[in-house]
Amino acid sequence: MKCQACDNPATVHVTDIVNKQRRELHLCEACARQHDLIPDQAVPQFNLKALLGLLVAGHPAAAPGADPAALKCPACGLKYAEFRAEGRLGCPAEYDAFRHALEPLLERIHRSLAHAGKAPRAAGRRAEVDGLRERLAAAVAAERYEEAAGLRDRIRQKEAPG
Amino acid sequence: MNFDSLLPNLGEWLRGTGPESDVVLSTRVRLARNLAHYPFTNRATHPQKGETAGRAKDALAHAGLPYPLAYHDVTGLSPLDRQFLVERQLISRELAAGSPPLDGPRGVALDEKESVSVMVNEEDHLRLQVLRSGFALDEAWQDIDRLDDALEARLTYAFHPQFGYLTACPTNVGTGMRASVMLHLPALGLTKQIDKVFRALQKINLAVRGLHGEGSRAFGDLYQISNQVTLGKSEPKVLGEIREVIQTILTYERQARALLVKERKQAEQDRVARAIGTLGSATMITAEETMELLSAVRLGIHLHLIDDLPATAVNQLFIHTQAAHLQKLMGQPLDGEERNAARAKYLRSKLRELGSH
Repeated sequence: MKCQACDNPATVHVTDIVNKQRRELHLCEACARQHDLIPDQAVPQFNLKALLGLLVAGHPAAAPGADPAALKCPACGLKYAEFRAEGRLGCPAEYDAFRHALEPLLERIHRSLAHAGKAPRAAGRRAEVDGLRERLAAAVAAERYEEAAGLRDRIRQKEAPG
Repeated sequence: MNFDSLLPNLGEWLRGTGPESDVVLSTRVRLARNLAHYPFTNRATHPQKGETAGRAKDALAHAGLPYPLAYHDVTGLSPLDRQFLVERQLISRELAAGSPPLDGPRGVALDEKESVSVMVNEEDHLRLQVLRSGFALDEAWQDIDRLDDALEARLTYAFHPQFGYLTACPTNVGTGMRASVMLHLPALGLTKQIDKVFRALQKINLAVRGLHGEGSRAFGDLYQISNQVTLGKSEPKVLGEIREVIQTILTYERQARALLVKERKQAEQDRVARAIGTLGSATMITAEETMELLSAVRLGIHLHLIDDLPATAVNQLFIHTQAAHLQKLMGQPLDGEERNAARAKYLRSKLRELGSH
Protein backbone atom coordinates (compact mmCIF):
# COMPACT_ATOMS: atom_id res chain seq x y z
CA MET A 1 0.00 0.00 0.00
CA LYS A 2 1.24 3.47 -0.87
CA CYS A 3 1.37 6.49 1.45
CA GLN A 4 -1.57 8.83 0.92
CA ALA A 5 0.72 11.86 0.96
CA CYS A 6 3.58 10.60 -1.22
CA ASP A 7 4.49 7.45 -3.16
CA ASN A 8 6.51 5.65 -0.51
CA PRO A 9 5.18 2.45 1.02
CA ALA A 10 2.73 3.19 3.84
CA THR A 11 3.87 1.80 7.19
CA VAL A 12 1.71 3.81 9.61
CA HIS A 13 -1.99 2.93 9.60
CA VAL A 14 -4.63 4.74 11.64
CA THR A 15 -8.18 3.41 11.65
CA ASP A 16 -11.17 4.84 13.43
CA ILE A 17 -14.87 4.24 13.29
CA VAL A 18 -17.48 6.91 13.82
CA ASN A 19 -21.19 6.45 13.26
CA LYS A 20 -20.35 3.03 11.86
CA GLN A 21 -18.26 4.71 9.13
CA ARG A 22 -14.77 3.39 8.82
CA ARG A 23 -12.03 5.93 8.15
CA GLU A 24 -8.44 5.01 7.42
CA LEU A 25 -5.19 6.89 7.20
CA HIS A 26 -2.16 5.30 5.53
CA LEU A 27 1.14 7.14 5.67
CA CYS A 28 4.81 6.39 5.29
CA GLU A 29 6.95 6.94 8.36
CA ALA A 30 8.35 10.24 7.07
CA CYS A 31 4.90 11.70 6.39
CA ALA A 32 3.57 10.44 9.74
CA ARG A 33 6.51 12.15 11.41
CA GLN A 34 5.81 15.31 9.44
CA HIS A 35 2.27 15.28 10.84
CA ASP A 36 3.77 14.76 14.30
CA LEU A 37 2.08 11.39 14.64
CA ILE A 38 5.35 9.82 15.72
CA PRO A 39 7.90 11.75 17.74
CA ASP A 40 11.62 10.87 17.71
CA GLN A 41 11.77 8.55 20.65
CA ALA A 42 13.06 5.23 21.78
CA VAL A 43 9.69 4.20 23.15
CA PRO A 44 7.14 4.08 20.37
CA GLN A 45 4.15 6.18 21.23
CA PHE A 46 1.61 8.34 19.49
CA ASN A 47 1.51 12.06 19.86
CA LEU A 48 -1.97 12.26 21.34
CA LYS A 49 -2.55 15.90 20.49
CA ALA A 50 -1.71 15.40 16.83
CA LEU A 51 -3.78 12.25 16.64
CA LEU A 52 -6.79 13.94 18.25
CA GLY A 53 -6.37 16.84 15.84
CA LEU A 54 -6.34 14.59 12.77
CA LEU A 55 -9.21 12.40 13.91
CA VAL A 56 -11.43 15.24 15.13
CA ALA A 57 -10.72 17.30 12.04
CA GLY A 58 -12.13 14.54 9.88
CA HIS A 59 -15.49 14.53 11.65
CA PRO A 60 -17.29 17.83 11.59
CA ALA A 61 -20.58 16.01 12.10
CA ALA A 62 -21.19 16.69 15.77
CA ALA A 63 -24.58 18.10 16.72
CA PRO A 64 -26.81 17.61 13.71
CA GLY A 65 -26.71 20.75 11.60
CA ALA A 66 -24.22 22.59 13.77
CA ASP A 67 -20.57 23.25 12.98
CA PRO A 68 -18.77 22.27 16.20
CA ALA A 69 -15.82 24.51 15.36
CA ALA A 70 -18.10 27.50 15.91
CA LEU A 71 -19.26 26.28 19.36
CA LYS A 72 -18.33 28.55 22.22
CA CYS A 73 -18.44 27.81 25.94
CA PRO A 74 -21.05 30.00 27.66
CA ALA A 75 -19.09 29.86 30.92
CA CYS A 76 -15.49 30.66 29.97
CA GLY A 77 -15.71 31.63 26.31
CA LEU A 78 -13.43 28.89 24.96
CA LYS A 79 -14.18 28.05 21.34
CA TYR A 80 -14.37 24.41 20.27
CA ALA A 81 -11.77 25.20 17.61
CA GLU A 82 -9.38 26.35 20.37
CA PHE A 83 -9.89 23.08 22.21
CA ARG A 84 -9.10 21.25 18.98
CA ALA A 85 -5.89 23.19 18.56
CA GLU A 86 -4.72 22.94 22.17
CA GLY A 87 -6.15 19.58 23.24
CA ARG A 88 -7.28 21.04 26.59
CA LEU A 89 -10.73 22.17 27.66
CA GLY A 90 -11.23 25.50 29.38
CA CYS A 91 -13.70 24.69 32.16
CA PRO A 92 -16.03 21.95 33.46
CA ALA A 93 -19.07 23.47 31.69
CA GLU A 94 -17.76 22.36 28.29
CA TYR A 95 -18.57 18.74 28.94
CA ASP A 96 -22.19 19.87 28.48
CA ALA A 97 -21.66 22.77 26.06
CA PHE A 98 -19.55 20.66 23.65
CA ARG A 99 -21.21 17.35 24.49
CA HIS A 100 -22.19 16.41 20.92
CA ALA A 101 -18.74 17.11 19.60
CA LEU A 102 -16.97 15.49 22.56
CA GLU A 103 -18.92 12.25 22.65
CA PRO A 104 -17.44 10.75 19.45
CA LEU A 105 -14.01 11.71 20.74
CA LEU A 106 -14.59 10.10 24.15
CA GLU A 107 -15.94 7.01 22.42
CA ARG A 108 -12.71 6.74 20.42
CA ILE A 109 -10.41 7.32 23.39
CA HIS A 110 -12.21 5.26 26.03
CA ARG A 111 -14.71 3.15 24.07
CA SER A 112 -17.30 4.35 26.54
CA LEU A 113 -19.50 7.35 27.18
CA ALA A 114 -20.38 6.94 30.83
CA HIS A 115 -18.37 6.94 34.01
CA ALA A 116 -18.25 3.82 36.16
CA GLY A 117 -16.51 4.00 39.49
CA LYS A 118 -16.01 6.34 42.37
CA ALA A 119 -18.19 9.40 42.82
CA PRO A 120 -17.97 12.18 45.37
CA ARG A 121 -20.44 10.68 47.83
CA ALA A 122 -20.80 9.70 51.41
CA ALA A 123 -19.52 6.11 51.57
CA GLY A 124 -22.95 4.61 52.33
CA ARG A 125 -24.70 5.69 49.16
CA ARG A 126 -21.70 5.19 46.96
CA ALA A 127 -22.15 1.48 46.26
CA GLU A 128 -25.72 2.00 45.11
CA VAL A 129 -24.77 4.81 42.77
CA ASP A 130 -21.84 2.77 41.45
CA GLY A 131 -24.26 -0.01 40.57
CA LEU A 132 -26.54 2.40 38.71
CA ARG A 133 -23.55 3.83 36.94
CA GLU A 134 -22.42 0.45 35.68
CA ARG A 135 -25.94 -0.20 34.38
CA LEU A 136 -25.88 3.21 32.71
CA ALA A 137 -22.58 2.39 30.99
CA ALA A 138 -24.03 -0.90 29.75
CA ALA A 139 -27.25 0.79 28.56
CA VAL A 140 -25.34 3.48 26.66
CA ALA A 141 -23.01 0.90 25.12
CA ALA A 142 -26.02 -1.10 23.92
CA GLU A 143 -27.67 2.08 22.62
CA ARG A 144 -30.65 1.62 24.97
CA TYR A 145 -31.04 5.35 25.35
CA GLU A 146 -34.41 5.44 27.07
CA GLU A 147 -33.20 3.17 29.81
CA ALA A 148 -29.98 5.22 30.01
CA ALA A 149 -31.95 8.45 30.45
CA GLY A 150 -33.97 6.89 33.26
CA LEU A 151 -30.82 5.66 34.98
CA ARG A 152 -29.19 9.05 34.54
CA ASP A 153 -32.15 10.70 36.29
CA ARG A 154 -31.97 8.25 39.16
CA ILE A 155 -28.24 8.88 39.55
CA ARG A 156 -28.86 12.65 39.51
CA GLN A 157 -31.47 12.20 42.22
CA LYS A 158 -29.08 10.20 44.39
CA GLU A 159 -26.32 12.73 43.87
CA ALA A 160 -28.52 15.68 44.85
CA PRO A 161 -27.25 17.26 48.05
CA GLY A 162 -28.97 16.20 51.28
CA MET B 1 12.34 25.61 52.00
CA ASN B 2 15.43 23.49 51.98
CA PHE B 3 15.05 20.02 50.54
CA ASP B 4 18.64 19.00 51.34
CA SER B 5 17.35 16.96 54.29
CA LEU B 6 15.76 14.59 51.77
CA LEU B 7 19.10 13.97 50.09
CA PRO B 8 20.26 10.96 52.14
CA ASN B 9 16.85 9.27 51.79
CA LEU B 10 16.01 7.09 48.85
CA GLY B 11 12.36 8.10 48.77
CA GLU B 12 9.55 5.62 48.48
CA TRP B 13 10.04 4.67 44.85
CA LEU B 14 13.71 3.72 45.15
CA ARG B 15 13.53 2.05 48.54
CA GLY B 16 13.59 -1.26 46.69
CA THR B 17 11.87 -3.24 49.40
CA GLY B 18 8.30 -3.81 48.22
CA PRO B 19 6.75 -6.93 46.69
CA GLU B 20 8.44 -8.27 43.50
CA SER B 21 11.18 -5.68 43.90
CA ASP B 22 13.62 -7.63 41.72
CA VAL B 23 11.57 -6.40 38.74
CA VAL B 24 9.09 -3.83 40.04
CA LEU B 25 10.63 -0.65 41.41
CA SER B 26 7.48 1.14 42.37
CA THR B 27 3.75 1.55 41.97
CA ARG B 28 2.07 4.89 41.54
CA VAL B 29 -1.59 5.84 41.45
CA ARG B 30 -2.70 9.35 40.64
CA LEU B 31 -6.10 11.02 40.59
CA ALA B 32 -6.94 14.16 38.61
CA ARG B 33 -9.46 16.42 40.34
CA ASN B 34 -10.79 19.89 39.59
CA LEU B 35 -12.77 22.35 41.64
CA ALA B 36 -16.27 23.09 40.41
CA HIS B 37 -17.02 26.69 39.36
CA TYR B 38 -13.46 27.53 38.26
CA PRO B 39 -11.86 27.41 34.83
CA PHE B 40 -9.26 24.67 34.39
CA THR B 41 -5.70 25.80 35.11
CA ASN B 42 -4.80 26.53 31.48
CA ARG B 43 -7.68 29.01 31.25
CA ALA B 44 -7.57 30.49 34.76
CA THR B 45 -6.24 33.96 35.54
CA HIS B 46 -3.53 34.37 38.16
CA PRO B 47 -6.06 35.60 40.77
CA GLN B 48 -8.26 32.57 40.03
CA LYS B 49 -5.24 30.28 40.38
CA GLY B 50 -4.50 32.01 43.67
CA GLU B 51 -8.03 31.14 44.80
CA THR B 52 -7.90 27.48 43.75
CA ALA B 53 -4.47 27.15 45.39
CA GLY B 54 -5.84 28.80 48.56
CA ARG B 55 -8.77 26.42 48.72
CA ALA B 56 -6.56 23.42 48.10
CA LYS B 57 -4.09 24.52 50.78
CA ASP B 58 -6.90 25.00 53.27
CA ALA B 59 -8.39 21.56 52.54
CA LEU B 60 -4.95 19.92 52.77
CA ALA B 61 -4.26 21.60 56.11
CA HIS B 62 -7.57 20.55 57.65
CA ALA B 63 -8.08 17.16 56.04
CA GLY B 64 -7.27 15.31 59.28
CA LEU B 65 -4.85 12.94 57.56
CA PRO B 66 -2.80 10.43 59.55
CA TYR B 67 0.35 11.97 58.00
CA PRO B 68 1.01 15.72 57.86
CA LEU B 69 1.41 17.23 54.41
CA ALA B 70 3.71 20.24 54.02
CA TYR B 71 2.75 22.67 51.27
CA HIS B 72 5.48 24.21 49.12
CA ASP B 73 4.90 27.14 46.81
CA VAL B 74 6.68 26.05 43.61
CA THR B 75 7.13 29.63 42.35
CA GLY B 76 9.26 30.28 45.45
CA LEU B 77 11.58 27.31 44.80
CA SER B 78 14.91 27.61 43.02
CA PRO B 79 15.21 25.86 39.64
CA LEU B 80 17.57 23.38 41.30
CA ASP B 81 15.02 22.47 43.99
CA ARG B 82 12.31 22.06 41.35
CA GLN B 83 14.51 19.74 39.32
CA PHE B 84 15.35 17.86 42.52
CA LEU B 85 11.64 17.18 43.16
CA VAL B 86 11.19 16.07 39.54
CA GLU B 87 14.04 13.59 39.90
CA ARG B 88 12.40 12.23 43.05
CA GLN B 89 9.13 11.72 41.11
CA LEU B 90 7.28 14.12 43.42
CA ILE B 91 6.30 16.77 40.86
CA SER B 92 5.95 16.76 37.09
CA ARG B 93 8.30 18.53 34.70
CA GLU B 94 5.35 20.72 33.71
CA LEU B 95 4.66 21.91 37.26
CA ALA B 96 8.38 22.59 37.71
CA ALA B 97 8.69 24.59 34.48
CA GLY B 98 5.47 26.58 34.84
CA SER B 99 5.48 27.58 31.19
CA PRO B 100 2.31 29.44 30.16
CA PRO B 101 -0.52 28.56 30.53
CA LEU B 102 0.68 26.71 33.65
CA ASP B 103 2.51 29.75 35.06
CA GLY B 104 1.47 31.60 38.22
CA PRO B 105 0.37 30.30 41.63
CA ARG B 106 1.04 26.59 41.96
CA GLY B 107 2.48 24.25 44.52
CA VAL B 108 2.89 20.78 45.93
CA ALA B 109 2.03 19.21 49.26
CA LEU B 110 4.33 16.39 50.38
CA ASP B 111 4.44 13.95 53.26
CA GLU B 112 7.64 13.13 55.10
CA LYS B 113 8.04 9.66 53.63
CA GLU B 114 7.80 11.03 50.08
CA SER B 115 4.96 8.64 49.48
CA VAL B 116 2.16 11.17 49.03
CA SER B 117 2.22 14.25 46.83
CA VAL B 118 -0.58 16.60 45.83
CA MET B 119 0.24 18.95 42.97
CA VAL B 120 -1.86 22.11 42.89
CA ASN B 121 -2.63 23.94 39.63
CA GLU B 122 -0.92 21.47 37.36
CA GLU B 123 -2.98 20.65 34.23
CA ASP B 124 -5.80 19.89 36.69
CA HIS B 125 -6.36 21.86 39.90
CA LEU B 126 -5.37 18.85 41.95
CA ARG B 127 -3.18 15.92 41.02
CA LEU B 128 -3.11 13.48 43.93
CA GLN B 129 -0.34 10.90 43.86
CA VAL B 130 0.60 7.96 46.04
CA LEU B 131 3.88 6.15 45.47
CA ARG B 132 4.62 2.72 46.90
CA SER B 133 7.75 0.67 46.77
CA GLY B 134 7.42 -2.53 44.70
CA PHE B 135 4.24 -3.96 43.23
CA ALA B 136 1.47 -2.59 45.46
CA LEU B 137 -1.53 -1.46 43.44
CA ASP B 138 -4.13 -2.21 46.11
CA GLU B 139 -2.26 -0.45 48.89
CA ALA B 140 -1.62 2.59 46.72
CA TRP B 141 -5.27 2.71 45.69
CA GLN B 142 -6.49 2.45 49.30
CA ASP B 143 -4.18 5.28 50.35
CA ILE B 144 -5.22 7.59 47.55
CA ASP B 145 -8.91 6.75 47.91
CA ARG B 146 -8.75 7.82 51.57
CA LEU B 147 -6.83 10.99 50.71
CA ASP B 148 -9.39 11.81 48.01
CA ASP B 149 -12.29 11.28 50.47
CA ALA B 150 -10.63 13.54 53.02
CA LEU B 151 -10.17 16.34 50.47
CA GLU B 152 -13.62 15.85 48.98
CA ALA B 153 -15.14 16.52 52.40
CA ARG B 154 -13.75 20.06 52.18
CA LEU B 155 -13.86 20.79 48.45
CA THR B 156 -16.54 20.71 45.77
CA TYR B 157 -15.13 18.71 42.89
CA ALA B 158 -16.24 19.19 39.30
CA PHE B 159 -18.25 16.01 38.78
CA HIS B 160 -20.74 15.12 36.07
CA PRO B 161 -23.41 12.43 36.46
CA GLN B 162 -22.55 10.92 33.08
CA PHE B 163 -18.87 11.74 32.59
CA GLY B 164 -17.61 11.44 36.17
CA TYR B 165 -14.71 13.59 37.41
CA LEU B 166 -14.16 16.34 34.86
CA THR B 167 -10.63 17.05 33.68
CA ALA B 168 -8.89 19.55 31.42
CA CYS B 169 -7.98 16.79 28.96
CA PRO B 170 -10.70 14.36 27.83
CA THR B 171 -8.15 11.53 28.08
CA ASN B 172 -8.43 11.71 31.89
CA VAL B 173 -12.18 12.22 32.37
CA GLY B 174 -14.18 9.68 34.37
CA THR B 175 -12.13 8.22 37.19
CA GLY B 176 -9.26 10.65 36.62
CA MET B 177 -7.10 7.69 37.63
CA ARG B 178 -3.78 6.72 36.14
CA ALA B 179 -2.12 3.74 37.77
CA SER B 180 1.44 3.07 36.70
CA VAL B 181 3.99 0.49 37.58
CA MET B 182 7.72 1.13 37.13
CA LEU B 183 9.49 -1.97 35.85
CA HIS B 184 13.13 -2.85 35.34
CA LEU B 185 13.19 -5.11 32.27
CA PRO B 186 16.83 -5.60 31.24
CA ALA B 187 16.53 -9.29 30.33
CA LEU B 188 13.58 -8.73 27.99
CA GLY B 189 15.70 -6.04 26.36
CA LEU B 190 18.77 -8.27 26.04
CA THR B 191 16.79 -11.15 24.59
CA LYS B 192 15.06 -8.78 22.11
CA GLN B 193 11.57 -9.57 23.33
CA ILE B 194 10.72 -6.14 24.66
CA ASP B 195 9.09 -4.83 21.45
CA LYS B 196 6.81 -7.85 21.38
CA VAL B 197 5.67 -7.06 24.90
CA PHE B 198 5.00 -3.42 24.00
CA ARG B 199 3.00 -4.32 20.92
CA ALA B 200 0.83 -6.61 23.04
CA LEU B 201 0.34 -3.85 25.62
CA GLN B 202 -0.76 -1.31 23.04
CA LYS B 203 -3.38 -3.73 21.77
CA ILE B 204 -5.00 -3.85 25.20
CA ASN B 205 -4.82 -0.07 25.68
CA LEU B 206 -2.00 0.13 28.16
CA ALA B 207 0.66 2.81 27.72
CA VAL B 208 4.42 2.32 28.00
CA ARG B 209 6.59 5.28 28.93
CA GLY B 210 10.10 6.04 30.06
CA LEU B 211 11.23 7.07 33.52
CA HIS B 212 9.86 10.60 33.55
CA GLY B 213 6.46 9.94 32.03
CA GLU B 214 4.98 11.16 28.80
CA GLY B 215 7.51 11.80 26.07
CA SER B 216 10.51 10.69 28.09
CA ARG B 217 12.98 8.12 26.80
CA ALA B 218 13.40 4.75 28.40
CA PHE B 219 16.89 4.84 29.91
CA GLY B 220 18.36 2.06 31.97
CA ASP B 221 15.69 -0.47 30.92
CA LEU B 222 13.14 1.30 33.14
CA TYR B 223 9.58 1.37 31.86
CA GLN B 224 6.33 2.71 33.26
CA ILE B 225 3.23 0.81 32.29
CA SER B 226 -0.11 2.50 32.87
CA ASN B 227 -3.77 2.45 31.93
CA GLN B 228 -5.09 4.74 29.18
CA VAL B 229 -8.81 4.33 29.71
CA THR B 230 -10.44 6.38 32.47
CA LEU B 231 -14.08 6.35 31.35
CA GLY B 232 -16.47 3.40 31.60
CA LYS B 233 -14.43 1.16 33.89
CA SER B 234 -14.35 1.36 37.68
CA GLU B 235 -11.04 1.89 39.47
CA PRO B 236 -10.87 -1.68 40.85
CA LYS B 237 -11.55 -3.07 37.37
CA VAL B 238 -8.73 -1.05 35.81
CA LEU B 239 -6.35 -1.98 38.63
CA GLY B 240 -7.26 -5.64 38.15
CA GLU B 241 -6.47 -5.47 34.44
CA ILE B 242 -3.09 -3.86 35.07
CA ARG B 243 -2.29 -6.37 37.80
CA GLU B 244 -2.91 -9.26 35.48
CA VAL B 245 -0.73 -7.82 32.72
CA ILE B 246 2.13 -6.95 35.06
CA GLN B 247 2.07 -10.51 36.45
CA THR B 248 2.53 -11.79 32.91
CA ILE B 249 5.41 -9.40 32.18
CA LEU B 250 7.04 -10.40 35.49
CA THR B 251 6.91 -14.02 34.41
CA TYR B 252 8.43 -13.20 30.99
CA GLU B 253 11.21 -11.09 32.49
CA ARG B 254 12.09 -13.80 35.00
CA GLN B 255 12.08 -16.46 32.30
CA ALA B 256 14.39 -14.28 30.20
CA ARG B 257 16.67 -13.79 33.23
CA ALA B 258 16.80 -17.53 33.84
CA LEU B 259 17.65 -18.08 30.19
CA LEU B 260 20.50 -15.56 30.38
CA VAL B 261 22.02 -17.39 33.35
CA LYS B 262 21.58 -20.76 31.68
CA GLU B 263 22.87 -19.93 28.23
CA ARG B 264 24.97 -16.79 28.48
CA LYS B 265 26.26 -16.71 32.02
CA GLN B 266 29.88 -16.01 31.08
CA ALA B 267 28.91 -13.19 28.72
CA GLU B 268 26.59 -11.66 31.32
CA GLN B 269 29.24 -11.88 34.00
CA ASP B 270 31.59 -10.08 31.65
CA ARG B 271 29.03 -7.38 30.87
CA VAL B 272 28.36 -6.73 34.56
CA ALA B 273 32.06 -6.69 35.42
CA ARG B 274 32.73 -4.21 32.60
CA ALA B 275 29.86 -2.02 33.77
CA ILE B 276 31.30 -1.89 37.30
CA GLY B 277 34.74 -1.29 35.79
CA THR B 278 33.54 1.69 33.77
CA LEU B 279 31.51 3.15 36.65
CA GLY B 280 34.50 2.78 38.97
CA SER B 281 37.13 4.24 36.70
CA ALA B 282 35.61 6.71 34.23
CA THR B 283 36.63 10.35 34.63
CA MET B 284 33.64 11.73 32.70
CA ILE B 285 30.26 10.10 32.39
CA THR B 286 26.75 11.22 31.35
CA ALA B 287 23.58 10.48 33.32
CA GLU B 288 22.34 8.29 30.47
CA GLU B 289 25.46 6.11 30.36
CA THR B 290 25.37 5.86 34.14
CA MET B 291 21.80 4.61 34.03
CA GLU B 292 22.57 2.04 31.34
CA LEU B 293 25.56 0.72 33.32
CA LEU B 294 23.70 0.70 36.63
CA SER B 295 20.95 -1.27 34.89
CA ALA B 296 23.50 -3.97 34.04
CA VAL B 297 24.80 -3.96 37.62
CA ARG B 298 21.28 -4.19 39.04
CA LEU B 299 20.59 -7.20 36.83
CA GLY B 300 23.90 -8.73 37.89
CA ILE B 301 22.88 -8.47 41.54
CA HIS B 302 19.52 -10.16 40.96
CA LEU B 303 21.16 -12.90 38.88
CA HIS B 304 23.64 -13.45 41.73
CA LEU B 305 26.54 -12.76 39.40
CA ILE B 306 27.91 -10.32 41.98
CA ASP B 307 27.38 -10.46 45.69
CA ASP B 308 29.42 -7.62 47.14
CA LEU B 309 27.03 -4.81 46.14
CA PRO B 310 23.64 -4.38 47.77
CA ALA B 311 20.70 -3.52 45.48
CA THR B 312 19.89 -0.45 47.58
CA ALA B 313 23.37 0.93 46.88
CA VAL B 314 22.65 0.76 43.15
CA ASN B 315 19.34 2.56 43.70
CA GLN B 316 21.17 5.26 45.64
CA LEU B 317 23.77 5.72 42.92
CA PHE B 318 20.95 5.86 40.42
CA ILE B 319 19.21 8.80 42.09
CA HIS B 320 22.34 10.59 43.30
CA THR B 321 23.85 10.79 39.83
CA GLN B 322 20.83 12.66 38.41
CA ALA B 323 21.68 16.28 37.62
CA ALA B 324 20.00 18.13 40.50
CA HIS B 325 20.94 15.56 43.14
CA LEU B 326 24.56 15.65 42.02
CA GLN B 327 24.71 19.44 42.22
CA LYS B 328 23.22 19.39 45.71
CA LEU B 329 25.72 16.74 46.81
CA MET B 330 28.59 18.78 45.39
CA GLY B 331 27.16 21.94 46.89
CA GLN B 332 27.50 23.98 43.72
CA PRO B 333 25.90 24.51 40.31
CA LEU B 334 27.70 22.58 37.57
CA ASP B 335 27.34 22.84 33.81
CA GLY B 336 27.26 19.85 31.42
CA GLU B 337 30.97 18.94 31.26
CA GLU B 338 31.63 19.75 34.90
CA ARG B 339 28.66 17.66 35.83
CA ASN B 340 29.92 14.66 33.87
CA ALA B 341 33.29 14.96 35.61
CA ALA B 342 31.65 15.37 39.04
CA ARG B 343 29.38 12.40 38.38
CA ALA B 344 32.36 10.20 37.48
CA LYS B 345 34.23 11.37 40.57
CA TYR B 346 31.23 10.63 42.78
CA LEU B 347 30.82 7.15 41.28
CA ARG B 348 34.52 6.35 41.71
CA SER B 349 34.54 7.31 45.36
CA LYS B 350 31.22 5.57 46.12
CA LEU B 351 32.27 2.32 44.49
CA ARG B 352 35.58 2.43 46.35
CA GLU B 353 33.64 2.95 49.56
CA LEU B 354 31.40 0.00 48.78
CA GLY B 355 34.56 -2.09 48.47
CA SER B 356 34.05 -3.46 45.00
CA HIS B 357 36.90 -1.47 43.51
